[in-house]
Amino acid sequence: MTEPAAVRDAAGQVTMTYREALRTTLGEELRRDPNVFLIGEEIGLFEGSYKITQGLLKEFGPRRVRDTPIAEEGFTGAAVGAAMLGLRPVVELMTINFSLLALDQIVNHAAKIYGMFGGQVSVPMVIRTPGGGGQQLGATHSQNVELYYAFVPGLKVVAPATPAAARGLLLAAIRDDDPVLFLENLSLYNSKGEVDLAALPMEIGRAQVVRPGRHLTVIAYSRMVTVALEAARHLAASEGADLEVVDLRSLRPLDRDTFVDSVRRTHAAVVLEDDWLTYGVGAEIAATIGEGAFDYLDAPVRRVAMAEVPMPYSKPLETAALPQMADVVRAIRETLDATGFSYSRSVSHD
Amino acid sequence: MIEITMPRLSDTMQEGSITSWQVAPGDQVSPGDVLAEIETDKAVMDFEAYDSGRIAELLAEPGTAVAIGQPIALLDDGTDRPVAKRAEDRDDGPHDGPRPTKALVEGAVTDRSAAVPQPQMAASPLVRRMARDHGLDLGRIVGSGPGGRIIRVDVERALAERAGVSGGPGGEGPADARQSRRVPVSQLRRVLARRLTQAAQEIPVFTVTMAVRLDALTSLRAQMNQQLAASGQGKVSLNDLIVKAAALASREYPAVNASWAGDHILLHERVNVGIAVATERGLVVPVIKDANSKTPAQIGAESRSLAGLAASGELALEQMSGGTFTVSNLGMYGVEEFRAIINPPEASILAVGAARPELAMEGGEVSVREMMRLTLSCDHRLIDGALGAQFLSAVRRSLENPWSLIL
Repeated sequence: MTEPAAVRDAAGQVTMTYREALRTTLGEELRRDPNVFLIGEEIGLFEGSYKITQGLLKEFGPRRVRDTPIAEEGFTGAAVGAAMLGLRPVVELMTINFSLLALDQIVNHAAKIYGMFGGQVSVPMVIRTPGGGGQQLGATHSQNVELYYAFVPGLKVVAPATPAAARGLLLAAIRDDDPVLFLENLSLYNSKGEVDLAALPMEIGRAQVVRPGRHLTVIAYSRMVTVALEAARHLAASEGADLEVVDLRSLRPLDRDTFVDSVRRTHAAVVLEDDWLTYGVGAEIAATIGEGAFDYLDAPVRRVAMAEVPMPYSKPLETAALPQMADVVRAIRETLDATGFSYSRSVSHD
Repeated sequence: MIEITMPRLSDTMQEGSITSWQVAPGDQVSPGDVLAEIETDKAVMDFEAYDSGRIAELLAEPGTAVAIGQPIALLDDGTDRPVAKRAEDRDDGPHDGPRPTKALVEGAVTDRSAAVPQPQMAASPLVRRMARDHGLDLGRIVGSGPGGRIIRVDVERALAERAGVSGGPGGEGPADARQSRRVPVSQLRRVLARRLTQAAQEIPVFTVTMAVRLDALTSLRAQMNQQLAASGQGKVSLNDLIVKAAALASREYPAVNASWAGDHILLHERVNVGIAVATERGLVVPVIKDANSKTPAQIGAESRSLAGLAASGELALEQMSGGTFTVSNLGMYGVEEFRAIINPPEASILAVGAARPELAMEGGEVSVREMMRLTLSCDHRLIDGALGAQFLSAVRRSLENPWSLIL
């Protein structure tokens, strides 16, 4: 797989893909800290199923970039042990769907060791793994089960939406002393953005207002942030609606203050998630808004999520099951309607 | 049981009212059957069934405004769940309350709070806090949110009214000596009010008035109508000839046939003349497209048919859009002259007074002539005084030398 070389502009910003941001950051960290190593299926000779580890075996050799058998529980457990002894493993699970095979190692070991051993030993490991549907990979390979991990105290879960966040959060995850599930997304790998290669690691547990606005807050993470921004641009142009978009970036710890503050200013919220609705991330966000901004709400909080079905293989059905731009725009419009928002149209002639 | 809700029938629609029900409780309906005629902010439209079943109950009274997404009828589709909204959202407008955009039938949230009439006054939490902070009695505020929920804009309006002069338009307390009663406002009037207020507030208007001598036009019109009657066609009215004259003047001065668009001006290639028509429901403005290239007889036939549709509320949206200029005529009421409010985004409107005999001086002699006064209201942002005057002169020239109207 070839990709265009990164282009550096005058301000030191480099335009690169989400994939390139991950690869260069992994390389940087392997170079910086000899305790960092990568482990996973097909990450060495094959250079990664999604080519995130391209070139790294050649540069760092098989001790630092370790191919494993198809045995998620085994190599995740090995990484937990290595982390306990002071190394900083970065595990690649080919997709988040396969993390279910390593569930016991992640939930019962990685997450609990620090607490169960009274803080004597920590588990500074990262589990990188992509989620997301839309690639016609069928029901078992198209899930967003990050929620299972966001549920567990002792784990951190981050979900970058842009190349810059991919770099900033991966730096933070590798240097963090707790186990971090680092959620990538299949449909974001080729997305491009500006990355400041001199920027410091981002703070885990800090959300970001990525678009300030007055009329309604859209809250999202990972892929849905890009959908939210597109919907905001569309509604600004067509209806004069000024939407604020909050990128959660981290599901655990969850930065509740940023989106509660936002909703206190805009008085309405729509929460987007790629996952199923029931018991989902949106439910947690909506409940938090109910607690923190109840007296500021002018309309019920609305959630947009995937259809509650195992992901269909058929392309039209898969598209119908996933939350699309049109679903998001409709939910936002309906919430704006509920606040009596007066749409202003640019003067034009038909 | 399926709850049928007020659909969103146009982009700007926020509520609608049932003009008439086409079904009654007990009727069996199939997808595509017309359930009701609904008046939106733009027009009266048919509303068709999406599902099969038997109409169990009609919930919306004809003539009452209902917000988008509010239940208007119950359809018995054979399922025994009490009132379940359709599991899948359709393009029939929003629903009250937080609902999943997509969900399986089993997982569908049944928002009973919206289906059952609430005995308690609904107000958003923000509104309750604002009411506390400002000492407002929410019982005196009419809610405009879904299901009549009181929302921020309603409180802001109430606060603005309270801050304004006492005994303002909203005042109807027990001490009100005017013995007022509330009359519900139609969608049409609501939109009219909003647009005209906007026009009156935003557009810097000037007007120019001219008297037009009608003798030649009157005699030509008599001849035309004789001919038309002989061939079994409808007559041409004075207004049809004025529409034609204005359309020709728009061709001569294209800068008048334009719209102000904030940072630029839109010059319209086509000349589409709206005719203000008074109906029982209120003012509507059907549009005669390409009026400059139509004969007065064609304009006459078209305006009669549009006026007929307007009277019965059957004008299609398309027949009311695309206007570039409007003619408003109150001459039939004996009005001598008046100034009309511009119909945005148009840039000018021609107000037509009554044709009546007047004394005039001609060559030192007093004579009697048939005269009419035309007043052009112009948007000064794009039409200057001289241009308005030239345009109106061109209209007068055509009307005083009327052969140009039929050549």
